[in-house]
Amino acid sequence: MSVREKILAAIAANKPALTDLPVVDLQQVTNYEEPVAKFISTLESIGGKVYELQAIQQLEQQILQEKEEGLFVLDTFAGMEDSFSAWPATDMEPIHKAYIKGSIGVAENGAVWISESQMVNRLLPFVCQHLVLVLEKDKIVSTMHHAYRQVNTFEEGFGVFIAGPSKTADIEQSLVIGAHGARSMTLYLLDTK
Amino acid sequence: MSTASHSKAAVAFIKDEPRTDWHDETLWFVREKRDKAAHGVAEWEQLREWASQIKEHTLSNLDKYLTAFEEKAIANGITVHWAADGKEHNEIILEIIRKNSIQRIVKSKSMLTEECGLNEYLHGKGIEVVDTDLGERIVQFRDEPPSHIVLPAIHLKKEDVSETFHRHLGTEKGNNDPQYLTEAARQHLRSKFIESDLAITGVNFAVAETGGFVVCTNEGNADMGAHAAAVHIACMGFEKMIPKAEHLSVYLRLLARSATGQPITTYSSHFHKPRKGQQVHVVIVDNGRSKQLGRPDFRNSLKCIRCAACFNTCPVYRRSGGHSYHTAVAGPIGSILTPNIDMKANADLPFASTLCGSCSNVCPVKIDIHQQLWKWRQVIAAEGYVSAGKKTGMKGMAFVLSRPALYRFSGKAARWFMQVFPFLFRSKKMNPWYRQREMPKPPAQSFRDWYKKNKTA
Repeated sequence: MSVREKILAAIAANKPALTDLPVVDLQQVTNYEEPVAKFISTLESIGGKVYELQAIQQLEQQILQEKEEGLFVLDTFAGMEDSFSAWPATDMEPIHKAYIKGSIGVAENGAVWISESQMVNRLLPFVCQHLVLVLEKDKIVSTMHHAYRQVNTFEEGFGVFIAGPSKTADIEQSLVIGAHGARSMTLYLLDTK
Repeated sequence: MSTASHSKAAVAFIKDEPRTDWHDETLWFVREKRDKAAHGVAEWEQLREWASQIKEHTLSNLDKYLTAFEEKAIANGITVHWAADGKEHNEIILEIIRKNSIQRIVKSKSMLTEECGLNEYLHGKGIEVVDTDLGERIVQFRDEPPSHIVLPAIHLKKEDVSETFHRHLGTEKGNNDPQYLTEAARQHLRSKFIESDLAITGVNFAVAETGGFVVCTNEGNADMGAHAAAVHIACMGFEKMIPKAEHLSVYLRLLARSATGQPITTYSSHFHKPRKGQQVHVVIVDNGRSKQLGRPDFRNSLKCIRCAACFNTCPVYRRSGGHSYHTAVAGPIGSILTPNIDMKANADLPFASTLCGSCSNVCPVKIDIHQQLWKWRQVIAAEGYVSAGKKTGMKGMAFVLSRPALYRFSGKAARWFMQVFPFLFRSKKMNPWYRQREMPKPPAQSFRDWYKKNKTA
């Protein structure tokens, strides 16, 4: 018997009697009356900055300006050339700021889902010094249960929920923002009305 | 007759009283943050119930879920390996390293690799692994094991970290600012990420229906490694399995709230398929887990999601420190997991508890931890792994307690002795109880005598 077969046989022999899988009932979970307000306050409480935005053009202006100032700024809004997904880490490391669209926001914890096609290069949201996410206001749901019903998190090769900037409290429980990932996380809430 | 002793190590730990108090208070602060986060979720108890039942179901059908996961993962382009124990796990990783001529390795937190002794094994083969979680990097520099599964350097003060970084990273001597020290580690580890050929990570949850897995960090180190290196190896104990992606919602709501009081970790990364040109390997490890699954009294321990809430709440852990447990996973959960792997070496651990039950009350997957600690004590005693002193003491106590007349006489005799020869009881040599405690004043009479006298008909 191979190791695999031995392990599986031992599990089959030792496992308890089959029990039912519970149903996670959305009726039994929190539903915020004002999920957008809850989302903003939660994200701010974990170190994110939130701004409201009337139109994406306003942001494009800002990006243009930052690029003119000579900052290494990238945005994936209009898609990227194919080769970007394969940029090596050494080329990614100097990126100052990255602008990425998210697909769903979660009010209870301030997390935003970003799929691989939105970030294009998997390293981008982590390696950039500053992360800027854009999210449509009507894409905010109350809890993680609602989020998983709306997005297929395994549709693409990779995806991530990001909640605020990278952080650590490994030195005496003192909170430090900016561990290995982005030092800041700013979210622009796009008005969809 | 255990080879190590929690109580002996704890004696050394508590010698520095202010530091022990600080350790105790720091962890209690984390426990309080957990309470605040848990109380903020109206359906918290329902979530715990779901989490427990989903794991219960998964364990009852685990072989099927593992093969479903494997099939999907392979279809997604991931290579799946199976390891019966820590040795096989380490050998699989070494083979991948050699096959790909890997030179530079970064690793994010994985308690499984600690359990298997991966770093030491590879070191013995002349291969160095750079731990990238800040706390783990600190203890790695100091040549110490982590003392806590979520907060690996919780036993250290910022002065200790400053000294360590001064020595290894050339930071300013005496600069104890956590911000400054973290920045130094960020700069140091960035270059390691960028240059690495292999990233090793743990797995928080593996999803049977998709063949994907989720890794949670606050620092972003797992992702910095996995997306930069050409090869990614994810190591998991087989109990990390859950049936469907939607079940992640239950666990991700519980995990960080239970661990640190955060609503969720900064990054919850869903790995599904390798990126173009990348190799992804998943190593599925047994290492005693199938045996634990066959122990009806203890199999629930396999539901654990490694949040460490039981550590932070435990009065014994908080005042004895993680290293006193001499195992990769310390605390109450470690004390019910490790006797399964090596009963003789870890026979002391189920006794490192007051059985107060706080661990079971905070456990997000409702493991009956304190019940299992109590049950392990009986198994260990039956197998003959308790010390001769404890055995004789217990036997003597059982003899006295089962004989009421003898019990009454012994009580009277003890009270008389304590009054007449108090020095006998205040001798640290003769009375181990007195070593860390004050003796109470002997009462004039027993409760029984008092009750008989004061009872009103």
